[in-house]
Amino acid sequence: MNLFEYVRPASVDEAVAAASEPGSAYLGAGTNLLDLMKGGVSTPDRLVDLTHLPDLDRIETLPDGSTRIGALVRNAALPRDADFARRFPAVAEALLSGASAQLRNAATLAGNLMQRTRCAYFYDTASACNKRMPGAGCDAVGGENRAHAVLGWSDHCIAVHPSDLCVALTALGAIVEIAGTAGRRDVPIADFYRLPGETPEKETALAAGEMVVAVRLPADAAAFAANQRYLKVRERTSYAFALASAAAALTIADGRIVEARVALGGVAPVPWRAVAAEAALAGAAPERAAFERAAEAAFAEARPSGDNAYKIELGRRVVARVLAMAAAGTPERLPALPASPFAEPAGVAAHV
Amino acid sequence: MNLSLTVNGEPRQIVLDDPRVTLLDLLRERMHLTGSKKGCDRGQCGACTVLVDGRRVNSCLTLAVSLDGASVTTIEGLADGDRLHPVQQAFIDHDGFQCGFCTPGQIMSAVGLILEGEAGDDPERVREAMSGNICRCGAYKGITEAVIDAAAKIASDKQRDAA
Repeated sequence: MNLFEYVRPASVDEAVAAASEPGSAYLGAGTNLLDLMKGGVSTPDRLVDLTHLPDLDRIETLPDGSTRIGALVRNAALPRDADFARRFPAVAEALLSGASAQLRNAATLAGNLMQRTRCAYFYDTASACNKRMPGAGCDAVGGENRAHAVLGWSDHCIAVHPSDLCVALTALGAIVEIAGTAGRRDVPIADFYRLPGETPEKETALAAGEMVVAVRLPADAAAFAANQRYLKVRERTSYAFALASAAAALTIADGRIVEARVALGGVAPVPWRAVAAEAALAGAAPERAAFERAAEAAFAEARPSGDNAYKIELGRRVVARVLAMAAAGTPERLPALPASPFAEPAGVAAHV
Repeated sequence: MNLSLTVNGEPRQIVLDDPRVTLLDLLRERMHLTGSKKGCDRGQCGACTVLVDGRRVNSCLTLAVSLDGASVTTIEGLADGDRLHPVQQAFIDHDGFQCGFCTPGQIMSAVGLILEGEAGDDPERVREAMSGNICRCGAYKGITEAVIDAAAKIASDKQRDAA
């Protein structure tokens, strides 16, 4: 790990002023950043420690009915907040399907948004990576790329976004609150993340020195609480990143889907809102045929970026299944294995 | 860099000459509390698990300087003299280890899990909640039994104390 200057600001204004200096990085819990620094992947000159800032660790309901989650709210705190988990069960399920209990206890909301891809070539400083070193090339193209993207990738980068939380937030139309030296601004999460194109090193809408201060779930997002799930297929039952995942949220009235929200994880460089799938579901009966049509629509534009054509069919099945799960209703209590295809009804063990 | 930490109940003033020191390295190299183990040093194995303000975390991925004001509990702080903590005793009773390298992390993780109070006596929930602790000897069966047994003992001790 390179030597760095440690700065502990007392306010958001002080933080953005300090981080506007070139070579600065924000420190939350550091669960991803320290890992990157130990590997020499990130080499910041200055760490601006946000963890002592006041007032950023709250979950609150605003007068307009939206729910505001502060940047420092720990990943474990959201599913543990009974009111939050009841209103946004797919967010809770997505969080509980990610990382380990230790990491969730430390990792922050903003840190989850800002985490980097787990592409092995990004992590390996001996490999070419356009994200790590713009213009260097991409060794994932033509390399070991089973886990890489089938949607939204470019010839410059085929890495996937690793977050589960952000998939659920994307489905629910979350708003990212940003602070910078020029003041505050709001960006919808769909515009917060950028596709790689020719500049895969530019991952978000944040300008130099800007930081995430909160995420808001708009008032209408709570309308989906009764029919909302997250499903994640991975190479281990627990503590592994998604090969393909999906969040689904439905409102159903008189035997018809009124509105559907679908977002995909593990298959694209950004948390991927499947707008075509949502359109295919609106007005349909919540049945298998509609779920399969939506799954087809979600992956209509997909193409393999290497040895990962399997992800297209896997992704379709994940979408169809998570829609069936959402239509069946949000469970009273999350299963023992959150978001797992191996989750069994309450009281029945999936493994002996 | 001056740092106030409470470690196993004892207030400590620490002067750090380098901001790169992780909580794990502070405990092991500077405070000589070598119970917390360095397995992967990347947050993947759980051998370094300690409690910070009552929550289990990976000490290898925590910058010590950032923890100013926090309270840390390590495996050295669990037993009451010669009287083992119920989780320590349960790991012995259930053969919850073989080589023992991951055990301090397993035990601290189990203590954190029981404090969280969400897994109950469901082995599937316990296994899921312990998935951040790897055991290369494969003592998982005993570990799961030990966690469930210790959770029950701690709950009944609490009930008895309340009565």
